[in-house]
Amino acid sequence: MTVIVNGERRELPAGATVAHVVALLAGDESGRGVAVALEGEVVPRGTWSQTPLRDGARIEVVAAIQGG
Amino acid sequence: MDETLVIAGREFRSRLVLGTGGFKSHDMLARALAASGAEMCTVALRRLDPDAHGSILDVLDVAGVQVLPNTAGCFTARDAVVTARLAREALGSNWIKLEVIGDDRTLLPDAVELLAAAEQLVDEGFVVLPYTTDDPVLARRLEDVGCAAVMPLGSPIGSGMGIRNAYNLSIIVERASVPVVLDAGVGTASDAAVAMELGCDAVLCASAVSRAHDPVAMAEAIRLSVQAGRLALAAGRIPRRRYAEASTPEEGVPAFGEPGAVE
Repeated sequence: MTVIVNGERRELPAGATVAHVVALLAGDESGRGVAVALEGEVVPRGTWSQTPLRDGARIEVVAAIQGG
Repeated sequence: MDETLVIAGREFRSRLVLGTGGFKSHDMLARALAASGAEMCTVALRRLDPDAHGSILDVLDVAGVQVLPNTAGCFTARDAVVTARLAREALGSNWIKLEVIGDDRTLLPDAVELLAAAEQLVDEGFVVLPYTTDDPVLARRLEDVGCAAVMPLGSPIGSGMGIRNAYNLSIIVERASVPVVLDAGVGTASDAAVAMELGCDAVLCASAVSRAHDPVAMAEAIRLSVQAGRLALAAGRIPRRRYAEASTPEEGVPAFGEPGAVE
């Protein structure tokens, strides 16, 4: 299936969850300092591995950087 | 005069808040942070960069400072609210520096969206510190909806133009019952001193330090100027007058007569 991750299309296996995407980007599943929004709604860390993605989903994975 | 700054029940000995934007490296940030004495630092949230090495959170953890996430880059109340929720999830803190920008050239706050976002976030339990204009009415409205502080600008972000409307800032300070933090516009140490002399409770600056030729030295200069301004405020300045007032007694001035005259 195709998922829009941080504005880019990515092919993911069916059944992939938010946790898979975090691990893909962050390199590990702890996701320290990381937060996720799925279709504009925050997905709490504790539910990443139980939150499946559907085809065409828009997911934003963010972290703290220098700013302000 | 109380020695500590208290925001939402949390005490700070330093009245300087350091923004972390613009530093050329995490190492430079760490050194400037140490020189600034700041106990709270802003961070922004952006899309996770898989190629980034080292997190700013490590730098701030080592320094032992409070992390204050912002909503920089948000143009609508909705974007700011979602960003604040993401920050709470990412950082485990309900403090948020609320920025809702109305124009990407001036980076001035959008008053309407800002107030709406502030109200929503207070309702959701956030400690909201809004970046606002130097408008006393808007500052009052933000306080009324429950913001924990108000953070008026001195001049636009990164402009280094100092405090352009000291009268408005004074009115905000006089009427606020929450801390007033000057946010944006500081270009050099004297600007921070002026803010504190006007009665601001703290100063937040980023570019003034991070983009200075020597950020570590400027961090120290602004740390000292914040202290100096605070001390001068407590000391009580003399009133401004249009004419001179001699500081030397006028009595007892010797009279020398005309040259060559014999008395």
